[in-house]
Amino acid sequence: MAVITYRQALHDTLRAELIRDPGVFLMGEEIGVFEGSYKITAGLLTEFGPERVRDTPIAEEGFVGAAIGAAMLGLRPVVEIMTINFSILAMDQIVNHAAKIHTMFGGQSRVPMVIRTPGGGGQQLAATHSQNLEVWYAHVPGLKVVMPSTPADAKGLLAASIRDDDPVMFIEHLALYNTKGEVPDGDYVTEIGKAAVTKAGTDITIVSYSRMAAVALDVARRLEEDEGISVEVVDLRSLRPLDRSTILQSVRKTGKAVVLEEDWLSYGVGAEIAATIQEGAFDYLDAPVRRVAAAEIPLPYAKPLELAALPDATALLKVIHETLDATRFRG
Amino acid sequence: MPQVFMPRLSDTMTEGTVSTWTKGVGDRIEKGDVIAEIETDKATMELEAYDAGVLEQILVDVGKTVPIGEVIAVIGDGSGAAAPAAAPASAPPADPTPVVPASPTSTPTSAPNGTPPASTNGKHPLASPLARNIARDAGLDLATVTGSGPGGRIVRADVEHAIATLGSPAAASTPAPVAPAAAVALSAAPAVEVQTGPDDEEIALNNVRRITARRLVESMQQAPHFYLTSVVAADELVAARARINEGLAALATSRGEAATKVSVNDIVVKAVAVALRAHPEVNVSFGGDKLIRHHRVHVGIAVALPDGLIVPVIRDADTKTVTQISAETRDLATRARSGKLKVDEFTGSTFSVSNLGMFGVDQFTAVINPPEAAILAVGATKQEAVVRDGQIVVGYTMAITLSVDHRALDGATGAKFLADLTALLENPLATLA
Repeated sequence: MAVITYRQALHDTLRAELIRDPGVFLMGEEIGVFEGSYKITAGLLTEFGPERVRDTPIAEEGFVGAAIGAAMLGLRPVVEIMTINFSILAMDQIVNHAAKIHTMFGGQSRVPMVIRTPGGGGQQLAATHSQNLEVWYAHVPGLKVVMPSTPADAKGLLAASIRDDDPVMFIEHLALYNTKGEVPDGDYVTEIGKAAVTKAGTDITIVSYSRMAAVALDVARRLEEDEGISVEVVDLRSLRPLDRSTILQSVRKTGKAVVLEEDWLSYGVGAEIAATIQEGAFDYLDAPVRRVAAAEIPLPYAKPLELAALPDATALLKVIHETLDATRFRG
Repeated sequence: MPQVFMPRLSDTMTEGTVSTWTKGVGDRIEKGDVIAEIETDKATMELEAYDAGVLEQILVDVGKTVPIGEVIAVIGDGSGAAAPAAAPASAPPADPTPVVPASPTSTPTSAPNGTPPASTNGKHPLASPLARNIARDAGLDLATVTGSGPGGRIVRADVEHAIATLGSPAAASTPAPVAPAAAVALSAAPAVEVQTGPDDEEIALNNVRRITARRLVESMQQAPHFYLTSVVAADELVAARARINEGLAALATSRGEAATKVSVNDIVVKAVAVALRAHPEVNVSFGGDKLIRHHRVHVGIAVALPDGLIVPVIRDADTKTVTQISAETRDLATRARSGKLKVDEFTGSTFSVSNLGMFGVDQFTAVINPPEAAILAVGATKQEAVVRDGQIVVGYTMAITLSVDHRALDGATGAKFLADLTALLENPLATLA
């Protein structure tokens, strides 16, 4: 196992998949000559040439549509949309075409494509470039939505996404690109739709995904060390399909749950998790399911305001304590 | 009516002391007003009201320490809905400046012994789903539990505390089979009003009594009991126990430890478990429209508490040695008497054993511990004139009586089980086979 960055894991996996399957090709804005806005595709144009690594015009709807056509005819396009905020321009192609072609045309054609795109705030990119729109896509049957939080999952889930026969929204996080972690060597595929219990615990369950899953894990370790509280962390990894049974199994054990999400609170991922828990583990709940999410405002540019608006470890700690207090934990 | 809780003012705070009430009962409160000062482990901090209204009740006296989350005051609309006890305290000076000299007599506590049960404001006690679930399984009435969660919500800790300190439903075993049913029927649903006079004393039921009463009435009313008695020739049993204890004593001496002894009951529990393994048709529960067959053998052992009964469970007793069963029983019984059992240590038994032999009782019948299908009542091991090989000799006997739920088992099935159990007890070595 090598310790590499999330960025490197994505790069290496793209390269490995390009080598493994001649049907795989990349397309997106500035991914070739400029080597990608976040350098995920560095060196790949030189190595694989312009047939396999294609720079596109700034026209998301157009190149996503082109990728859908290529996928229908048997290729495996991996599209990079520079940030999830620009995917809104390709919404019709993604939601009305990629997601529906397989079922609407009676299974005649599948759409084995991947849209890689980073989301998330915290980089002072202001309101229109800092969004967490994953729930928009997770809402749509016909799409798969995966969101790795570690370099290992970045590798395993990207390989799984490229090999999947359905359209996959592969959502990265700007603040994770430089994080490091152990990544298994060789061919490594992580099943889509399986959450990971990244830390086992008995007192309370934290459900999270993407960058917030890393925050949750850090908080859980600190709580165990400093206060002896045994926190279980569930990293969803995939929002659609959603691994409800792992969430329920955990909550049936701990009786308490907090969801940490970077998207907005209302109608967010946490709402779905909370509904899942009350339906499937009602008799096991000792306290209401709480959600820690972003403030419901367009994200401010000013750093102090941006920090205040985004969920963080402090906010999570507070809600964990409140939830434990509500159950007379150590009372 | 908004309640004011002891807040968590620091990460390490678990309880707080009211150092001053800066508002008195009857005072008008605006949102954000400082109504008290709270002393924590770190500092003294001001407590601001989250709600506007009239301070109707002060529930925690100055100087008193309570855990975080406890209700310390009530803010109402001033409509007079205040607790009656608040009246004397509504006379503090109108001056709202800090440090109202709140002597203990001027701020009466309207809730003696802490907060009242959460159920007092309605027929549906406020409780978490988990707390409800555990209470339902244990047959505990939530109306008797005091909630410590937000707004007085009953949480798991409260229910477990109530069960652990007060005991749990258990199979009552009494020398006379008729008496308990009658007594229990009275306590659970008195058919005849009991007249009390100056010569009588009323003793409030605690949870263990209340639950025991209800569960045993249920058992006697719903499970048609029949009884099978066998007199065990206990010579080998007594000899085996003596040999085991000699061995344990020698082992303890060689290790320089204090010797422990196994009891006759430990061997009985082992024999019961072995017999249940051989008779899976007895290790069942009656489930209304189905029988539930339990694949594991968990033997409950009735333990007398100062005021009630509890039935700790030896899990997988068929796989344990007599000394293991003995050690576990000793530990469970000790902790049962000090109210330290966890819920899963006295729930889940599939068959129970009740032994009154140590009180010299020859023979008795026990009430089945639902949802089990049978219970064994064990009498004293004693020397008697017995007939062995056609001769009258002195021998040990022990009477055992099986109470059986006829919905789940028939007479012949019970009799075969009892015959095998008797054979095992007459030749305890066979439990090792």
